[in-house]
Amino acid sequence: MKIACLSGKGGAGKTFVAVNLASAAGKSTYIDCDVEEPNGRLFWKPEDVKTTVVYKTQPVFDADKCNGCRQCVKSCRFHALIYIKEKPMLFPEVCHNCGLCEMVCPEGAVSEEKSGIGVLEIGRHKDVKVVSGILNLGEASGIPVIHEALHQAEGMTILDCPPGSACSVMESIMDADYCVLVAEPTAFGFHNFKMVYELVRLLKKKCGVVINKQTEGYQPLEEFCEEQGLSVLERIPYDQELAGHLAKNEIASEHFPEEMQRFRTILDKIGGAK
Amino acid sequence: MKVAIPLDENKIDVCAAFARAPFFLFWEDGKETVVTNPAAEAQSGAGTQAAQFLVDNAVSVLVTPRCGQNAADVFTAADIKIYKSEKVSAAENISKWQEEKLEKLTHFHAGFHGHA
Repeated sequence: MKIACLSGKGGAGKTFVAVNLASAAGKSTYIDCDVEEPNGRLFWKPEDVKTTVVYKTQPVFDADKCNGCRQCVKSCRFHALIYIKEKPMLFPEVCHNCGLCEMVCPEGAVSEEKSGIGVLEIGRHKDVKVVSGILNLGEASGIPVIHEALHQAEGMTILDCPPGSACSVMESIMDADYCVLVAEPTAFGFHNFKMVYELVRLLKKKCGVVINKQTEGYQPLEEFCEEQGLSVLERIPYDQELAGHLAKNEIASEHFPEEMQRFRTILDKIGGAK
Repeated sequence: MKVAIPLDENKIDVCAAFARAPFFLFWEDGKETVVTNPAAEAQSGAGTQAAQFLVDNAVSVLVTPRCGQNAADVFTAADIKIYKSEKVSAAENISKWQEEKLEKLTHFHAGFHGHA
């Protein structure tokens, strides 16, 4: 089973929930899909870490073979190819590495070139296999790294998604069986929560809500969940002591039996408990 | 020599955006044509698509308030000169350009790449 944690807004508590869910699940896999800022590893401090390089492919054009027919430029849906002076010109950051230009070229002038764009770090923390996707600084798209990281899913898998509701989040939850929407009970949190909710609905994913850092209830969020028939799996109160442990990169469920119980109950409600 | 200017919905004023302007004004030796920008609604790659449109229409000069780096790279490769617009209406900018009073646009933004 794959459970994805997402929130829209950054800082809502995706990593907190994801790390503790994996910890409560016991033998499990934790995958950090937030490849631009993978911070789950700060909590896990994984051992026996092995690093592998992730590559992207991009087209290269053989100017001698190119007959200037423009087929590649016309077929590029991302407008990553421009036709200037009877030759194609590539914009690497716009290219989505789909390979179509190579397929349509009648002269065999297009080939693919691999280049490293990030790494996967795979280690272990007790019974949890810890996978971190890490994108190199300056790279425009982390999708290939997320894609590789997801291949590491094994048994009960918790996916720690990037913030937002764009392509990288979509890629992360494509194969998820269940989405945990971590909501912060604030106007900003609620706004972005609705965006990710729209995304999971579009993808027809089962989902439930964990309201994090709850003080008094935020009425618009509560009403929205009720209207939509969204199940609120848990309300985690705002707690300064818990925040203190978090700031020290400690895994709450390893320190407090009641936190372990809390996350086991969430797993149970999702249907992922042992 | 053909000059292009991104146009607003009213087809008179210069549009603040280049790649997603609804129209372009093409000015060629006093003759003006307003054309629809095929890149205006592009999901991605609007900058390169709009630039390709100008290249294919044999434009030699672009007058615009701003322009993304990718489009600017296309114009450099295609030897299209870019000037910074100063006035509200496209017509006034054409006059300024004819008087050689417009400055070259030298600062390009990084592009939004879906992060608008």
